[in-house]
Amino acid sequence: MLEALAFYIFAAVTLVSAIGVAVSRNIVRSAVCLLGTLGGVACLYFLLNANLLAAIQLIVYAGGTLILIVFGVMLTSKSPWVVFDPSRAQVVGAVIVTVLLATGLCMMLLGHTWPASAGPLPALQVKDIGKMLLTDYLVPFEAASVLLLVVMIGAAYLARPEK
Amino acid sequence: MLQIGLQHYLVLSAIVFSLGILCMVTKRNALGILIGVELVLNAANINLVAFSRYQTGAADGHMFAVFVILLAAAEAAIGIAIFMNFYNTLQTIDVDRGDELRH
Repeated sequence: MLEALAFYIFAAVTLVSAIGVAVSRNIVRSAVCLLGTLGGVACLYFLLNANLLAAIQLIVYAGGTLILIVFGVMLTSKSPWVVFDPSRAQVVGAVIVTVLLATGLCMMLLGHTWPASAGPLPALQVKDIGKMLLTDYLVPFEAASVLLLVVMIGAAYLARPEK
Repeated sequence: MLQIGLQHYLVLSAIVFSLGILCMVTKRNALGILIGVELVLNAANINLVAFSRYQTGAADGHMFAVFVILLAAAEAAIGIAIFMNFYNTLQTIDVDRGDELRH
């Protein structure tokens, strides 16, 4: 009962801010609404017993990626309230396609009966995830560290001042 | 209705995914498109964690979600560096203006 209430509250926060992201014409409002979506999704992770993932979501996404996007907004707009509008026909087409996509996906998901679960996952300790990272997932982990290095060098190279 | 199951999370994630697509195709600001991509990635992450919790009972979904978050951060860093160059070249962040291979 309490879980259901919490789910509906967090889902409402996530959905309302996701709608705000999609329909807002102002990029600053979109970025602020994205913060609401990321926070709502982090709360859903807590509800799904993924505590470490919720913390990572808040630290990396809300604390890192979102700040980067806000910096990008500030650096690339002459006025923070700059608006580029797509044409009306484009918006109508996009909304029709999106509504069809959402209804199609929801009908498919609700029509399917999922096989009985293998029992709920017990709350994972951070220790277990650390062990998995260094055993089963060692190769992706190392590839990710190389990727981060490449991204760091690449971003510094791309953003260098023009000679 | 009061028993929260896998389908609740899947439907929520399908709707967030569709809103992300809507955001991507209706924004002409390059950063708006990036924000739409973040919504889509979050929807995928909800799916991964929900399947991990309700279906497989193993932590693999969490691992995939961690890597998705990492890739999203990397993508945002490179994307914003590219948009800075775009802005330096064209003095705007409107993607419809970026229709030339050379400037």
